[in-house]
Amino acid sequence: MSNLMFRTCPETGLKVHGPAEALIKANAVVAVVFLLIGGLFGLLVALTRWQAIHLLPADLFYLALTAHGADVLVFWIIFFEVALLYFASAILLNCRLATPRIAWAAFFLMLAGAVMANVAVLQGESSVMFTSYVPMKAAPHFYLGLILFAVGTLVAVAVFFGTLVIAKQEKTYSGSVPLVTFGAVTAAIIAVYTIASGAIILIPTFLWSVGLVGEIDTLTYRIVWWGFGHSSQQINVAAQVACWYAVAALTVGAKPISEKVSRFAFLLYICFLLLASAHHLLVDPGISSEWKVFNTSYALFLAVLGSMIHGMSVPGAIEVAQRKNGFAHGVFTWLRKAPWGNPAFAGMFLSVILFGFLGGITGVIMGTEQLNIIIHNTLYVPGHFHGTVVAGTTLAFMSITYLVVPLIFRRELIFKRLAQLQPYLFGLGAMGISVFMMAAGTLGVSRRHWDMAFSDAPFSFDYPPAAFMMMGLNGMSAIVASLGGVAFIVVIVGSILFGKKRDDAFAKENPVIFQGSGATVAHHGDAGSLKIPGTTILVAVFFLSFVLYYFVNWKYLSEVWPLS
Amino acid sequence: MALTPPDDRLWWKQPLHGIELSWITISFLWGLLMFGMMVYWHLTGDQNLSNEAYRINPDVYAEKVEAAAEEYMVREDENSGMPVVHPPPGSDVYMLARLWEWWPILELEEGKEYRLHLSSLDWMHGFSLQPANINLQIHPNYEMVLTVTPDKAGEYGVVCNEYCGIGHHQMLGKLIVVK
Amino acid sequence: MAEPDQPEEQAPSTDTEDHAEKIPAMQSLLDNHFLLLFIGVAVPAVLYTIWGVMEVAHIPIAN
Ligand code: HEM
Ligand SMILES: [Cu+2]
Ligand SMILES: [Cu+2]
Repeated sequence: MSNLMFRTCPETGLKVHGPAEALIKANAVVAVVFLLIGGLFGLLVALTRWQAIHLLPADLFYLALTAHGADVLVFWIIFFEVALLYFASAILLNCRLATPRIAWAAFFLMLAGAVMANVAVLQGESSVMFTSYVPMKAAPHFYLGLILFAVGTLVAVAVFFGTLVIAKQEKTYSGSVPLVTFGAVTAAIIAVYTIASGAIILIPTFLWSVGLVGEIDTLTYRIVWWGFGHSSQQINVAAQVACWYAVAALTVGAKPISEKVSRFAFLLYICFLLLASAHHLLVDPGISSEWKVFNTSYALFLAVLGSMIHGMSVPGAIEVAQRKNGFAHGVFTWLRKAPWGNPAFAGMFLSVILFGFLGGITGVIMGTEQLNIIIHNTLYVPGHFHGTVVAGTTLAFMSITYLVVPLIFRRELIFKRLAQLQPYLFGLGAMGISVFMMAAGTLGVSRRHWDMAFSDAPFSFDYPPAAFMMMGLNGMSAIVASLGGVAFIVVIVGSILFGKKRDDAFAKENPVIFQGSGATVAHHGDAGSLKIPGTTILVAVFFLSFVLYYFVNWKYLSEVWPLS
Repeated sequence: MALTPPDDRLWWKQPLHGIELSWITISFLWGLLMFGMMVYWHLTGDQNLSNEAYRINPDVYAEKVEAAAEEYMVREDENSGMPVVHPPPGSDVYMLARLWEWWPILELEEGKEYRLHLSSLDWMHGFSLQPANINLQIHPNYEMVLTVTPDKAGEYGVVCNEYCGIGHHQMLGKLIVVK
Repeated sequence: MAEPDQPEEQAPSTDTEDHAEKIPAMQSLLDNHFLLLFIGVAVPAVLYTIWGVMEVAHIPIAN
């Protein structure tokens, strides 16, 4: 292998494989473009659901909602994840990327698929939502686009695993892979099952749409489709936790408190996280409660245990590092003195908090078999997942992008003040979208619905006035989130195009990553010495909110008509 | 760092910190409790789905609904002309979903138990009884049966909350509970 | 749950490094990414997908 293909990163000392770097750039850029397109559709959708504005006509609303779901949930997230996989394998392991040509083929396949699906949606014959439940039919190239995209992703995941093999053979690292890489391994494993489920259900659906296959069973469709749809969200969870660890390491020098505990938590994800696809099937006919309860609980909530472990070990690692960095006194000095003006750190920490409090707690509640009766298909559902995938994953990916631009694109950030503000703006907006949609959902309002006033319906029915107010507040939050999204794109695209080039000399003088000693935490026999009082309080507050809100929902349920 | 291989080659042997162990234990027990709560509610709670369901041809289901509607129809709704069906308490009551209506209007008595049958004749729909806030996924080819006891008189909307095409937001049905 | 003291066993698939001290079994499981891949696909395939589709197959026909 020629050394010409490598450069040495002046800041981290890592050997960076040129072709890997180029692929990371390409996937990240395309991801951001889909975020822009999808985010715009999101704004249009939110302004339509704000009843006082009611922007789009019904057909365009359903079209925009389909495009929004596909572009942000599938294309933005997965392109970015492919970039993360290449980073966590080739770059972190000091290794060459396996078969860059095939990785490019994967990239173009994914791009072709994403464009094809978008064209199908914009042509107007495929407003079926990204779930595309049969027997509602989309144009064949809608399914074909999704299939091409999935195949491309599967190839990219194979390149990732191939790179792991090469790194091991060529001994580019010693011992175990870094924790962030292990998180990426978790994400990739989840991706394999996810894509397999997608292929198993979308290929027959495509054949059905061109008339080669007869009827497709709707219950089977929902079971297998959610093995794809929900699992893809679990890729996000694993990838986003890996991002948290990475950003915490790069911005404050955080080290995992315990490799053992963090990796064990990822193992719980690998074993049990995917069972939760059952969250979507809790009020479907004919499936036994045994299946529902076992799967929806991720086998006794073992995957939730994994998340709760990360929920302590990420802030805990930050606290330990900050205390070593000189903020040791008091309970929360370490947090107050954290680099809140660094958008990478701010975005990461907001992502941890918002994901835990908004997305995490509500997800477990919705995924409780009986509680789902009062939540299924209401706006509570999109409210919940804007807490996970927007305030959590998207914000985490944005935060790491603030490091990718100087380190991989080797450009200075432009508009630094705007960049500093951006995580707060986007975080606040995302929080609003999440909270207000959940509030409307608690009042019973349907998701994916153009007219909550039912003006064209044969009967009349009125949701409570508070629900209309919530959708107004949701619209306002959407504007804030969109401003945050636009700010992100302006800063990132602007920096890539016009930012000052960071050559090696410049980078050495103006490092972006944390320059401290890199606090070492856990060594043999220092079990007694861990001091994280601030994190302990945060975790206690989280736990109490969780318990309280959990039982509040059982109270709501107990007021519903008796059912059996 | 999380970005480099663990310093300690045998990292699995590192001791567990007391605080981590406590948090893991608390979280694990909380998970068990949440799991137990679902089981407990099945045993003692009043709101559980039976999961009783049958495979059925949509035409056959439509005939059943129509037969029941004919037998127990009490009047027609003034505006829509849709039949209002008042079946005897304790009996089987039927509603169907189709593009884009819930048919017919059911009139039930407060505090009485009914076996409610639901199915779709075409695409998937979502049965969202408001403001009671009961939400169920309705499939074609599957007949779902659940026992309900309306506990509050009033007029309820049956919103369709599964996207079912361009008429989805017009798909509103009615269910009346009388004293 | 994580046990502080794992018995030291020689794992079936060994690290190629020539250290004297044995790698704990859990550690070598976590280092064996392809075994993890197998577990991560097999567990949901059996418990979620296959069991779920069997549930659907067992729904009786209406009379
Ligand atoms: C500017 C930012 C965003 C705004 C204003 C926004 C707003 C909305 C609104 C109002 C809905 C409609 C809910 C309904 O009527 O059912 C929605 C749906 C959705 N959003 Fe967003 N969103 C944003 C960003 C995102 C991002 C970044 C993601 C994913 C990463 C995302 C994923 C989704 C998905 C999957 C749906 C459901 C689509 C469906 O029901 O088929 N959104 N969003
Ligand atoms: Cu409908
Ligand atoms: Cu509908």
